[in-house]
Amino acid sequence: MTVKTLTIDDKLVSAREQDTILDVARESGIPIPTLCHLDGVKDVGACRLCLVEIASGSPDRPNRLQPACVTKVVEGMVVYTATERLKKYRRMIVELLFSERNHICSVCVANGHCELQDIAITVGMDHVRYEYVSPLCEVDITHGLFGVDQNRCILCTRCVRVCDEIEGAHTWDVAGRGIGARVITDLHQSWGEARSCTSCGKCVLACPTGAIFRQGATVAEMDRDRSRLSVLMTAREKREWIG
Amino acid sequence: MDRLTLATIWLGGCSGCHMSFLDMDEWLIALAERVEVVYSPFADVKTYPDNVHVALIEGAIANDDHLKLIQQARRCTDLLIAFGDCAVTGNVTALRNPLSSVQDILQYVYVEASDIENTPPDEAGIVPPLLDRVVPVHAVVPVDVYLPGCPPPADRIRAVLERLLVGEALQLAGRELIKFG
Ligand code: SF4
Ligand code: SF4
Ligand code: FES
Repeated sequence: MTVKTLTIDDKLVSAREQDTILDVARESGIPIPTLCHLDGVKDVGACRLCLVEIASGSPDRPNRLQPACVTKVVEGMVVYTATERLKKYRRMIVELLFSERNHICSVCVANGHCELQDIAITVGMDHVRYEYVSPLCEVDITHGLFGVDQNRCILCTRCVRVCDEIEGAHTWDVAGRGIGARVITDLHQSWGEARSCTSCGKCVLACPTGAIFRQGATVAEMDRDRSRLSVLMTAREKREWIG
Repeated sequence: MDRLTLATIWLGGCSGCHMSFLDMDEWLIALAERVEVVYSPFADVKTYPDNVHVALIEGAIANDDHLKLIQQARRCTDLLIAFGDCAVTGNVTALRNPLSSVQDILQYVYVEASDIENTPPDEAGIVPPLLDRVVPVHAVVPVDVYLPGCPPPADRIRAVLERLLVGEALQLAGRELIKFG
């Protein structure tokens, strides 16, 4: 294993060669906001919240913007995680997420336990400057235990990845493109009819917002114990259950 | 020293933000010594006065009356505070936006879903016509300060008013001050 040395926010850090910028930043206690990243499943770079600036090394070329969760470390790399430019873009990204669907926190199951809401506070979002799209969105409660509310989905695909990579069911997927993209179950059937779903509830634990919820949870009641997910992931990685 | 003139305005909201204002309890007495309430659902004043220092705006812009009042308030007020989630985001008042046209919604609510025979309200000059889309206050006039919450907790309102009274900058940040919902 080769060790790479790089600079993050003027701090010299060393990393394993397969590390991403996000890995080494976390290990060095440098906070980078994330939404689509979920420990234990593959990164897809969907939300762009973890954007960092990588020094171009020349005054003629602007610094490059790269998502920290999918960018591997390179020897001698110079990374900035909290420049004014990044702060500006991160707030824009969060505002766009809010304007794209219908986030009515006051009547949302996840109010007070929502990663999107927390990030909005972190980036200082006191209002949304963009016009709300206000799309008409479906709520599917045909599954006996869980429901999915497209009004709150940010298309992070955490549900898709835990279902595929950890449970091995691949019930979830994404259909459509751009602003019309939606998470779907099986071949765009209702969740209740999706035969591949094992009702394991991993997607409920993985969803950062109020989009996937336990039925019966009302406003602000959708608190989830995400540590249950990391217990599973660690056990899997370390093969704890294989005797 | 002249007291600060304060207005509070109730647009498309449930009045919960104003209830939360009253929840400031005994601090309201201290506040009354520092400000003069010149226009408010709490005060019997029919027209919006000319020179207002600060106005708290509860509610989204949902009908013609809201539109007229907010434009007048902007003209006559130094500092507009969007007060609560409906004013800041549209919130529950804007839940109708994805549905369909105003006519269809009124037809549904007053006729199809009604168990008594009814027609949509239509009294020119009495019932203000609804706008096609419910929008937050800043979509119509410039807003100076955003004070979210549904409703904003009394402590949050007080913290903001206290800063205002000592002339501090009002760019709010942190969970205590800007969490929605
Ligand atoms: S999902 Fe989060 S941000 Fe969206 S409405 Fe619910 S609490 Fe608010
Ligand atoms: S349903 Fe939840 S976990 Fe799945 S993509 Fe949407 S926000 Fe992410
Ligand atoms: S956390 Fe890196 S793109 Fe979402």
